Amino acid sequence: MRKPADIKPSEITPKEIYLNRRRFLREAAAVAAAGASAALLPCVTQAGQKIPNARKSPLSTGEKPTSVQDITSYNNFYEFGTDKKDPARNAQNFRTFPWSVAIEGEVKKPAVYPFEDFLKHFPLEERIYRLRCVEAWSMVVPWVGFPLRDLIRRLEPTSRAKYVEFTTLHDPEQMPGQKPGLFGAGLDWPYVEGLRLDEAMHPLTILAVGLYGEMLPNQNGAPIRLVVPWKYGFKSIKSIVKIRFVEKQPLTTWMKAGPSEYGFYSNVNPTVDHPRWSQAAERRIGEDSLFSPKRKTLMFNGYAEQVASLYTGMDLKKFF
Amino acid sequence: MLALIPLAILIYRALTNDLGANPIETINRYTGDWVLRFLMLTLAVTPLRRLTGWNGLLRYRRMLGLFAFFYACLHFLSYAWLDQYFVLADIIKDVIKRPYITVGFASFLMLIPLALTSTNAMIRRLGAKRWQQLHRLVYLIGIGGVVHFLWLVKSDIREPLVYGVVLALLLGFRLWDRRRRTPDVIPSGAVR
Repeated sequence: MRKPADIKPSEITPKEIYLNRRRFLREAAAVAAAGASAALLPCVTQAGQKIPNARKSPLSTGEKPTSVQDITSYNNFYEFGTDKKDPARNAQNFRTFPWSVAIEGEVKKPAVYPFEDFLKHFPLEERIYRLRCVEAWSMVVPWVGFPLRDLIRRLEPTSRAKYVEFTTLHDPEQMPGQKPGLFGAGLDWPYVEGLRLDEAMHPLTILAVGLYGEMLPNQNGAPIRLVVPWKYGFKSIKSIVKIRFVEKQPLTTWMKAGPSEYGFYSNVNPTVDHPRWSQAAERRIGEDSLFSPKRKTLMFNGYAEQVASLYTGMDLKKFF
Repeated sequence: MLALIPLAILIYRALTNDLGANPIETINRYTGDWVLRFLMLTLAVTPLRRLTGWNGLLRYRRMLGLFAFFYACLHFLSYAWLDQYFVLADIIKDVIKRPYITVGFASFLMLIPLALTSTNAMIRRLGAKRWQQLHRLVYLIGIGGVVHFLWLVKSDIREPLVYGVVLALLLGFRLWDRRRRTPDVIPSGAVR
């Protein structure tokens, strides 16, 4: 009889495969663990995917939301064209994955964070807010997002941070409106907006990643945008790639384009007119009929009770 | 009646619910566009006639001008009725306060006497020369219309600039044509 071969399995399996198998198991376990907390991960590849378990917020308005058709087809997003129908047309192939947001300036934890981190760390809620555009029309939008203050607290701004500056992606290849044309749209790219730190920390201020229970459509500012419901729509910057904490008040895109028309605060205020539009009244998109009068615009877009204290003692005609 | 096609399209779009999320804005912009287009067409008659020698074109000038007025009426009506709901105080405030509305409204007012004096009887009553002087107002109206559009847009001035360039060509032709046709006259008081 022959003596059984005295060979260990590890000697038969080539060492590389043997080690790889270990690594595979270790990684598979890690992915499974992460999967539990980041159930949303597969969603971030595509706009329009369902967002599960977004909590309803008590800060939502009870007003009837504008139709998804109107919210997604009537957009001011000059990066994709100046006509309101342009963004829905030109943003379809906009790549929002992979996406990351750079945190810079006066914070203890500056870094470049992958977009997935935001979904992982902050529980999402549905916030139904009124939106008032400076052009005197309005909507009611069911956003899905999380309070900006949650992120700011985690980043730990230093005592020097007084303002927060946001920047939109600059990529003329993907965003045709940013291409330098003969006359262009006349804006300085990339789009920049800003808030005072206390405004950014206000519980009503959110970063939105979804709309109507799904990931944000590209034309609405995918994958992540700001929403400040008591200010005119253009303050709520879209497709954010950078958040900077700064000492001085940022110079925003629209302030650069028309300093007499667009101020830093841009709070919705029926008593302070824009040179071209009376702000006393507004047209509610999709709701008012052709022959109905406009509705009265509310101070701070109806959020005065919550936010008026941010501006006590300020002359809102001067700080418009 | 080709000139009524834009209106027919607008009515069709209204009936089929195809005016977009903000129908009033759409109607207002649409009618405004056609005012400018008909103004440009009206102003194009003389240069085309001179360049081609086709005098038959002159027959269409009155009609084109009247259609510019017709769409201007619709444009103003859409503003005063749909946008402002006939609240006179708001309209007056708007006209005074906002330069682009001031200019647009002034242009509209200037169109009214031109439309009223467009009949043959009125030409006879005024006399050809005075009638012609009055109707030169259309140059001012054209400029007013383009400025009205230019001041309205927020940052993308390409579209109003197109109208501006067309208008400049049409008015520029007239200056050039006049210089070409009248030899330089030495002012009588000039002694040298």
